[in-house]
Amino acid sequence: MSDAVAIQDPRPLGPVAYLLCLRGIVWRETLRFLHQRARFLAALVRPLVWLFIFAAGFRAVLGVSITPPYETYVLYEVYITPGLVAMVQLFNGMQTSLSMVYDREMGSMRTLLISPFPRGFLLSSKLLAGVVISLLQVYVFLAIAWFWDVQPPLIGYIAVLPALVLSGMMLGALGMLLSSAIKQLENFAGIMNFVIFPMFFASSALYPLWRMNETIPLLYQICVLNPFSYAVELIRFALYGQISWLALVVVAGCTAVFLGAAVLAYSPSRGLIARRGGPGGGV
Amino acid sequence: MPTTTRPAASCGEGATRTGATKAEKHIPLALEIDSIFHSFGTRKALDNVSFSLAPSQHLVLLGLNGAGKTTLFSLITRLYDNVSGSIQVFGHDVRCRPQQALRHLGVVFQQRTLDLDLSIMQNLVYHGALHGIPPARARRRAEEELERFGLAARTGEKVRKLSGGQMRRVEIARALLHRPRLLLLDEPTVGLDIDSRQSIVDHVQRLCRDQRLAVLWATHLIDEVLPQSHVIVLHRGRVLADGPRDQVVDETGASDIRETFLRLTRDDDGDGGAVDGDRAA
Repeated sequence: MSDAVAIQDPRPLGPVAYLLCLRGIVWRETLRFLHQRARFLAALVRPLVWLFIFAAGFRAVLGVSITPPYETYVLYEVYITPGLVAMVQLFNGMQTSLSMVYDREMGSMRTLLISPFPRGFLLSSKLLAGVVISLLQVYVFLAIAWFWDVQPPLIGYIAVLPALVLSGMMLGALGMLLSSAIKQLENFAGIMNFVIFPMFFASSALYPLWRMNETIPLLYQICVLNPFSYAVELIRFALYGQISWLALVVVAGCTAVFLGAAVLAYSPSRGLIARRGGPGGGV
Repeated sequence: MPTTTRPAASCGEGATRTGATKAEKHIPLALEIDSIFHSFGTRKALDNVSFSLAPSQHLVLLGLNGAGKTTLFSLITRLYDNVSGSIQVFGHDVRCRPQQALRHLGVVFQQRTLDLDLSIMQNLVYHGALHGIPPARARRRAEEELERFGLAARTGEKVRKLSGGQMRRVEIARALLHRPRLLLLDEPTVGLDIDSRQSIVDHVQRLCRDQRLAVLWATHLIDEVLPQSHVIVLHRGRVLADGPRDQVVDETGASDIRETFLRLTRDDDGDGGAVDGDRAA
């Protein structure tokens, strides 16, 4: 009888189905990214401008003393490269959150959220897809920087991969959390002013913190409290084949907190979406 | 009549409904909505909504814009939780067993939700992945579904190049890719020309008949009510009529479903029921 057939539940979703779902989400985000050539170009030009112009200018006035993980005096370009790598990921994380606000306004977030997989898994997969895209950007940037005499040891290019995944997850999770709180796409400009720039400038991306401590102790305290500083240091050490355990713990902890809060914010019962009338709104 | 809110049941043994008798156990309802209330702040979006839908039944949820149709769809698809009453899809409570419930559901939302820059096939394969379907199988099924809509030759084209009616057909094909038993469509023909509308109405009717698919079709367009449709009239969050089309018409003493709808949704203040000629074609 067809009625009997109708109530037969499909087989439970096993680990293979989860992997297929993750792969599908990463594949879709990558395809979308490859279609947006302007985004790729912008993501690449931004750190290169900092490297070619800003760093070149400041190289003359700034000397960076020997400080771990560096074993010798380094040029300013070399010093800020890990910071610029983290900047690429910061912008990408926020871009991912921007696309989530867009998806929510356009309704395509609904297609993701009605998938039968657990919502936490779907959001983490989306996050990981954003990280994969940031990796493409970072490695192209590092390849260009190689010709600009920023040449970390070859092992660093491999060692930095897990660090990039973790820092990318942290920044992406932060973006996702923010995306749940942003009602409209237009409000995203505020994120630029209130999140991206303060996070980037009040960190160890552009200057070593010990120097900051000597001149402006308050700014030093802010930099120390800024999770972005730890993402930068995690990447910096990994790029030279070392591990900063403090940075690792802070970045892993912040990732867990931001991701947990983002999943909660997108939860059907407690989240901001339920209070506001759902993704895409409507009555 | 005063109504009281019944809190949503806790998720335990009763999360999956197993009928008391053997017959009930084998024929669960495709959708069973029981005493749903929902508010956004002080505004009541749904007020004690209850109805059910049998497998292979065609149910038209008729309501003006703002009646609560989209809220109801959001609760059924668990975009947010019902805080009162219960919603069961083929016997599974959507709040307690969302995974089982969602796998039976195919949904076409009111908003267009395709990726415009991806091809038709890429959109469908992505949807397949969201249901754990391997890409090769998703492609095979997509070809079958698109064949029915006459879009099989255009699978490689970007969605952006399609007309509104074609996009809707792709969305319906996508909703069917994981072989759901219940298809939800929220105002699927809004913004389409008459031919496209008719073609989509006919197609869904065929699916309902040939594949024994249960269909919940939300609309404010009277002419989308088919002779065999079960009709629910939803107005300001409340169910005002529930029954087969002809029965609903008889009960209101109207001459046809259009008049029934106008009578039911005409408010004392005169602002409801303003169905213009286009809507009430």
